[in-house]
Amino acid sequence: MSRLKDVFAKKEKNVLNVYCTAGFPQVNSTLPVMEALQESGADIIELGMPYSDPLADGEVIQNSSTIALQGGMTLSLLFEQLKPMRERIHVPVVLMGYMNPVLQYGFEKFCADAAAVGVDGLILPDLPPFEFETTYKTIVEQYGLSFIFLVTPETSEARVRKLDALSSGFLYAVSSSSTTGNEKEFSAVEQYLERLKNYGLNNPILVGFGIKDQDTFSRACNYANGAIIGSAYIKALEGQPDLAAATRHFIKKVLG
Amino acid sequence: MQVSYKQPDEQGYYGEFGGAYIPEMLYPNVEELRENYLNIIADPAFQKEYQLLLKDYAGRPTPLYWAARLSEKYGTHVYLKREDLCHTGAHKVNNTIGQILVAERLGKKRIIAETGAGQHGVATATVCALKGLECIVYMGEKDIERQAPNVARMKMLGATVVPAKSGSKTLKDATNEAIRDWINNPNDTFYIIGSVVGPHPYPDMVARFQSVISKEIRTQLAEKIGTELPRAVIACVGGGSNAAGTFYHFLDEPSVGIYAVEAAGCGIDTHMSAAATQLGKPGILHGSKSFLMQTADGQVEEPYSISAGLDYPGIGPMHAHLFVTGRGTFLNATDQEALDAAFELAKLEGIIPALESAHALAALNKVSFAKDDHVVVCLSGRGDKDMETYMKAMGAGA
Repeated sequence: MSRLKDVFAKKEKNVLNVYCTAGFPQVNSTLPVMEALQESGADIIELGMPYSDPLADGEVIQNSSTIALQGGMTLSLLFEQLKPMRERIHVPVVLMGYMNPVLQYGFEKFCADAAAVGVDGLILPDLPPFEFETTYKTIVEQYGLSFIFLVTPETSEARVRKLDALSSGFLYAVSSSSTTGNEKEFSAVEQYLERLKNYGLNNPILVGFGIKDQDTFSRACNYANGAIIGSAYIKALEGQPDLAAATRHFIKKVLG
Repeated sequence: MQVSYKQPDEQGYYGEFGGAYIPEMLYPNVEELRENYLNIIADPAFQKEYQLLLKDYAGRPTPLYWAARLSEKYGTHVYLKREDLCHTGAHKVNNTIGQILVAERLGKKRIIAETGAGQHGVATATVCALKGLECIVYMGEKDIERQAPNVARMKMLGATVVPAKSGSKTLKDATNEAIRDWINNPNDTFYIIGSVVGPHPYPDMVARFQSVISKEIRTQLAEKIGTELPRAVIACVGGGSNAAGTFYHFLDEPSVGIYAVEAAGCGIDTHMSAAATQLGKPGILHGSKSFLMQTADGQVEEPYSISAGLDYPGIGPMHAHLFVTGRGTFLNATDQEALDAAFELAKLEGIIPALESAHALAALNKVSFAKDDHVVVCLSGRGDKDMETYMKAMGAGA
């Protein structure tokens, strides 16, 4: 069974997916941060590939990407860093990033290298379903990778079903129409999550954007299989000398 | 299947370039526009209002001026399409009038825009004032400093100017911030993009609104010289909206040469340049696939040009297609060549051009035309906003 399927088979509720930026806060901190997340109780790790122009992200993640890029992070270096990953990390790892760096690396080479180091899935928010279906789907499948699409409160039922059919691993439900790290009233999205739940989709649902603490995490989990934390964790790492301690402290606050 | 250089296929592709590479958060906005823009534009009531505003508000048709002394100097017939005489001082208003009418018909109440030199910001602030709509303009912090008169104009017109502080603090980053604003405000907000960039249908929609430039050139040439078709049309390309408009009705006329002039900045090989076709490769930025200046690792490079309006790391997908198919000839002009061309036009013809347009004029030094040729250069904007840069150049002994 794939690692992603395994997580949801073992745990129907309260799946915690935490986002970290590769090469942040230090260029060599990628694996240590992932280890700290795993030890602190993260069920899935979403590893961000830094990009100069991350449209779907807010200031916090863009700044972490800028720091990583200034530190010399590249996709080649990342795959080099991830070579020993599966000796140390047993939770599923999903790479998140934007199309342009992936295209320059070579889409197929990217999938091959990701699969070789033990990556489980991909999130490329600016790759739309049309391009995925016509050009990239077979390559992703050939290397046994999951591909995860985003849905939002504005996504129609028909489109949610289409994106669900194209996704594997899980479906990423953006909690509100916003960039990451945006604070909006969370209760406004509970109705939307209820609606998604009632569709009876193929994939488990993880809620992302605006999840930052125990309250928002548990509220998201009332309606979905779990949630994704990004900006709040990146903020918690900023300026911390002991990344493992900062991670433990942060995750403990979320999980209670 | 694409049947013409003018228009993309159904998915928004000009050959291999274009498309709509957007996160799902933007899908409803872009889809709403894609489903409606052609019908809205085709509606006779829309056309009536648009044409009337172009005529009585923007001041169209703009003159096609036979530049006698410039013609003498270059030994060919040089015509200037005087977009600098449009209301707000540049061609940008052709597009913002069109888009504000589309926004109105889609029931949008809040308008956002990005701007580099400030010309598009001013044109957007202007039409928002005209229609009584809220206007927020994103502008790179660096551009806010170097285009102070346009910032003041936007504020006077009632717009809120928001500095983009990320990345290179120029047009690329202003565009990122505007897109983020749109993601965060999906229902009531319309994004007026100022160039032929962005996800489909923006490149096509903007090109259609700017195509009035080449439509008028054809009519005016017929009146002046008895034929609608010049030997060549020349325009500067940052994102490429004035170029798209200047080329549009000539793209499927093989006898007309298409010349696009990019900003070489300090020189192509100096790492201080914005010539995307020369320095870039195919890539994805701001929602479409086109030519993009980027590192080997696919990070977007920070462009440079003395002209804020050309300081953009990519070009529109239509232009990328013209470049790879060879339908368009892509030239570039350095900061100095553009300055020289601007001073030359001022002295020979009594017209102070925008720095962007000066790049197009610089092409006259790079291509030889025959004595009997008729060559049209798009004078996309006027130089008032660039006086500080021109004064510095004069101080340096120009």
